[in-house]
Amino acid sequence: MLAYFIRRVAQALLTVAVMATIVFTAIYAVGNPVDILANPNADAKEMAEIAARLGLDRPLHEQFALFVWNALQGDLGRSFVFNEPALKLIVQRMPATLELAFVALVFSIVIGIPLGVWAGLKPDSFAGRTIMSGSILGFSLPNFWIGLMLILLFAVELRLLPSGGRGPTTSLFGLPVTFLTWEGLRHLLLPAFTLALYKAALVVRLARAGTREVVLQDYVRFARAKGVSPRRIVLVHVLKNIMIPVVTVLGLELGSMIAFAVVTETVFAYPGMGKLLIDSIGRLDRPVIVAYLMLVVVIFVVINLVVDLIYAALDPRVRLTESEA
Amino acid sequence: MTDALRTETRSPAAVEKGESLFRRRLSEFFESRSATFGLALLVLLLAAAIFAPWIAPQNPYDLAQLDIMDGKLPPGGASMDGRIHWLGTDEQGRDMLSAILYGLRISLFVAVVSTVAALSIGAAVGVLAAFKGGRVENFVMRAVDLQLSFPAILIALVLLAAFGRGVDKVIIALIVVQWAYYARTVRGSALVERNRDYIEAARCLALPKSRIVFRHLLPNCLPPLIVVATVQVAHAVALEATLSFLGVGVPVTEPSLGMLIKNGYDYLMSGKYWISTYPGVALVIAIVAINMVGDRLRDVLNPRLSK
Repeated sequence: MLAYFIRRVAQALLTVAVMATIVFTAIYAVGNPVDILANPNADAKEMAEIAARLGLDRPLHEQFALFVWNALQGDLGRSFVFNEPALKLIVQRMPATLELAFVALVFSIVIGIPLGVWAGLKPDSFAGRTIMSGSILGFSLPNFWIGLMLILLFAVELRLLPSGGRGPTTSLFGLPVTFLTWEGLRHLLLPAFTLALYKAALVVRLARAGTREVVLQDYVRFARAKGVSPRRIVLVHVLKNIMIPVVTVLGLELGSMIAFAVVTETVFAYPGMGKLLIDSIGRLDRPVIVAYLMLVVVIFVVINLVVDLIYAALDPRVRLTESEA
Repeated sequence: MTDALRTETRSPAAVEKGESLFRRRLSEFFESRSATFGLALLVLLLAAAIFAPWIAPQNPYDLAQLDIMDGKLPPGGASMDGRIHWLGTDEQGRDMLSAILYGLRISLFVAVVSTVAALSIGAAVGVLAAFKGGRVENFVMRAVDLQLSFPAILIALVLLAAFGRGVDKVIIALIVVQWAYYARTVRGSALVERNRDYIEAARCLALPKSRIVFRHLLPNCLPPLIVVATVQVAHAVALEATLSFLGVGVPVTEPSLGMLIKNGYDYLMSGKYWISTYPGVALVIAIVAINMVGDRLRDVLNPRLSK
């Protein structure tokens, strides 16, 4: 187990290092942010001064070495635009994004499980087939357009919900959250639902496949023979057994939800870190782009690492086959 | 034994047998009504995209034909010179139907070109990895794993943040995002196929390695690849639209459907729904049609179901 643990952590560190190199070179090798930052009337001397102040006049490998050195000390550079530490800007917006992602996660379970179980219990019924076609749509339709149509329907036509932004925050254990107030919830509803759709489609599939398998098991048959009510069979016997794969997959998908929030936040003008990324790309604010990407890379690598380690701890076959290869 | 060997060496696409197999698959495909409908829709959309310059009511990017006075007309509204705009006009007086036809052209072009390129690259890399084995395979599959562990949208965003906007740049980004899917798929089937007798026979005949890989191994790995490719075209259309909506995709001068939706976004709040809605409807129809075809192809080409 220890050998596996060490190898797996080393792999994760290598991934972060590779991604840091790729991201840094990709973002810093192209374009000239000085053109955007400088006063349009600035002459060549002023431009050079700005470049020197931002460290952009040095060769790329020197900039990279400096970036790595600072990053190891927890400093991912200062934003060109806000002149504040890039990491601070992102961390400020992180609670908003995490709140959105978690609420969306809850939505995808609340929507996905009942529909999936229904489709699994009656796979050939009209409802069952409609649910499955719906899940294909949820997978393939462009998410941002669904968001726009929801704004059109609920904000513009029906005037029931706000079209975007984030509601007033209250403090919960020191974190600024909005879901505790009615106004905050109203702001969260549409973006969270939009973000949840794709995952809900995934949950529907998992729940349906799980249900179809579980209803054939002996313990379900026995429960039926014993005269347990169908309601109880579904709620207790089926539901408990299909939740394991659903929870595993959703845990893995949390990272991709944070990444996908980029799109949702832009549609709903939601002030999270995804919106910051898109704004920063437009302004060529390199330190913020790199810091955001590095943060997300680390989140992904950590999630994958934790899942792998838990699997290895639970199932010895995983670490044994790995050490043979 | 020698007979068996001979038929095996000929087998890759089993020349004359392949004809009838293809025809059987074809008739199987058309047994599904929804797949036939999807294919018809897709052909219609492709034709509309290809012939857009000839069938569109106006050239939406010829500024001489635009009149700002005709701006933001609702669907069915008539312009100053008496022409009816069935899907309305945008803020510059551009006929939305024409803009959508031109946009469809760019969206489908980007998706098809990037898919074909990614398919070729991914298939070549994947089949080589499976054939060579050892270090090459290890390296390729590690790269694939690394890439697939991050969501496609994120990788595309990094690349486009670096490259800037442009149709060619979006295509490159989509190729980079997609090749790994094909490499993984092809390797999976190549691992099975490389141990088959016909590959052994080809090796015994001392055929050149490149010939074995590309003429014998690769053709037999194609069916799952075709299925993945149709699904990926739909993904590519959606991804390109998303990137263009975020403002990092195609440039303003060559608006795809995603770009059109972005342009209409600002007018959505004031109830001018048509500028965003109709390009989106076109996008959705295209994606659904591709998926209908892909779904049926998966059933038809699935060896487990056809047996």
